[in-house]
Amino acid sequence: MIKGIFYFLIFPGFLFTAAMGCLSGWFDRKLTARIHWRVGPPWYQNFVDFLKLLGKEIIVPADSMRGLFLFAPVTAVIGATLLSVVLWQPNLRTDSGFLGDLIVAIYLSMIPALALIIGGMASRNPLASLGASREMKLMLAYELPFIVSIATVIIKNGYTIRLYEMVQHQAAHGAIIGSPSGFIAFIVALLCMQAKLGLVPFDIAEAETEIMGGPLVEYSGAPLGFFRLSKLMMLFAMPVFLITVFWGGIAPGALGAAVGLGKLLVILLVAVLIKNTNPRLRIDQALRFFWGPVTVLAVISILLTLAGL
Amino acid sequence: MSFLKKALTKSPWVFHLSTGSCNNCDIEIIDCLTPRFDVERFGVMLVGSIRHADIILITGSMNKKSVKRVKVLYEQAPRPCAVVACGTCSCGGHFFRDSYNTDTPVSKTIPVDVYIPGCPPKPEALIAGIVKALGKLDEKRKNR
Repeated sequence: MIKGIFYFLIFPGFLFTAAMGCLSGWFDRKLTARIHWRVGPPWYQNFVDFLKLLGKEIIVPADSMRGLFLFAPVTAVIGATLLSVVLWQPNLRTDSGFLGDLIVAIYLSMIPALALIIGGMASRNPLASLGASREMKLMLAYELPFIVSIATVIIKNGYTIRLYEMVQHQAAHGAIIGSPSGFIAFIVALLCMQAKLGLVPFDIAEAETEIMGGPLVEYSGAPLGFFRLSKLMMLFAMPVFLITVFWGGIAPGALGAAVGLGKLLVILLVAVLIKNTNPRLRIDQALRFFWGPVTVLAVISILLTLAGL
Repeated sequence: MSFLKKALTKSPWVFHLSTGSCNNCDIEIIDCLTPRFDVERFGVMLVGSIRHADIILITGSMNKKSVKRVKVLYEQAPRPCAVVACGTCSCGGHFFRDSYNTDTPVSKTIPVDVYIPGCPPKPEALIAGIVKALGKLDEKRKNR
């Protein structure tokens, strides 16, 4: 019982994921600043932002659906926490998980986006509704290639949908990313991750300069802090997802942790570089991009897998 | 609760509100974000929505159409929140003082905490003004 609470709330649940998420967010901001030839914020910036938002006034718009408006940010944080817990089970080798936890992880990774849609719709602001509808279309766009690329992994790992067996299989037969089909699927998943995290070519839903933060436009104080925290937690949890599924997971021990951190930084580096070298797409362009070339790539990777490559 | 004070002064998010300015002050505000000054070092961010703001940075001569909007935006901001008037127009009216379509200065409409004169103020002056506003912000947090 105590162990379960520790597992969910401290390590590798809420506190660990939140702390690592804030640090990943700092990595993103610092690297962006260095690309701009700036100095960038100090390492504790995201922690301070969150603490400050906890101390601010919480405004609930008069016409909004009060309960839903305040519940959505909490849901987002819970979703990100559970995703992290499910993903760390096979990586820590503490528990062999359950049959189909890969499917559960895919569902949990959608919860923060769903919460953003619910919160935006509940705030009854036209800009927030616009952002929420864009987020919904973006979800429809990226989930298809994402799931197809995961299907490649399922086939390559001997038709298993258990994360623990995937990690074991990769430890025995080499990481998925090493083969041509696996690499193509990884690239597809990386692009989908970019959209899932709302990083720049796909930050259509939030578009600060266009619709003033989209679904977040009416949020202030602690609920805004929770939404930002859930985004940062996803910035840590999604790369871990990709590492677990495509890149052999994180091995136990200090060396394994160091290598895992290296993999995390490489994925974040690619994401930040894409973010800083691309302008924002329109929603129709994003939809065409994901349902067109990206899905075709994912299907090619499945065909290559079936051909044995 | 010293860490809350630290959090508030280490992460001021600025909402930029133009009340009919000539765009000079606005360019200087953007200058503060460029590599030479880089206010993100101190956690300053420009935010798009007033609900996220800690500091409202007002530029411009406050024409009569914007009076109503500025009042609404001031009421929408989450407390504690400091107001900074940037540029001579919003501080004292400049040569729009006797104009038929302006309602200068800004302090006639909403309470202003910090004045940054200049036409436009230098980025150094802007940063100094924001730092002064942080002190005001902390006072407001105590008096809440």
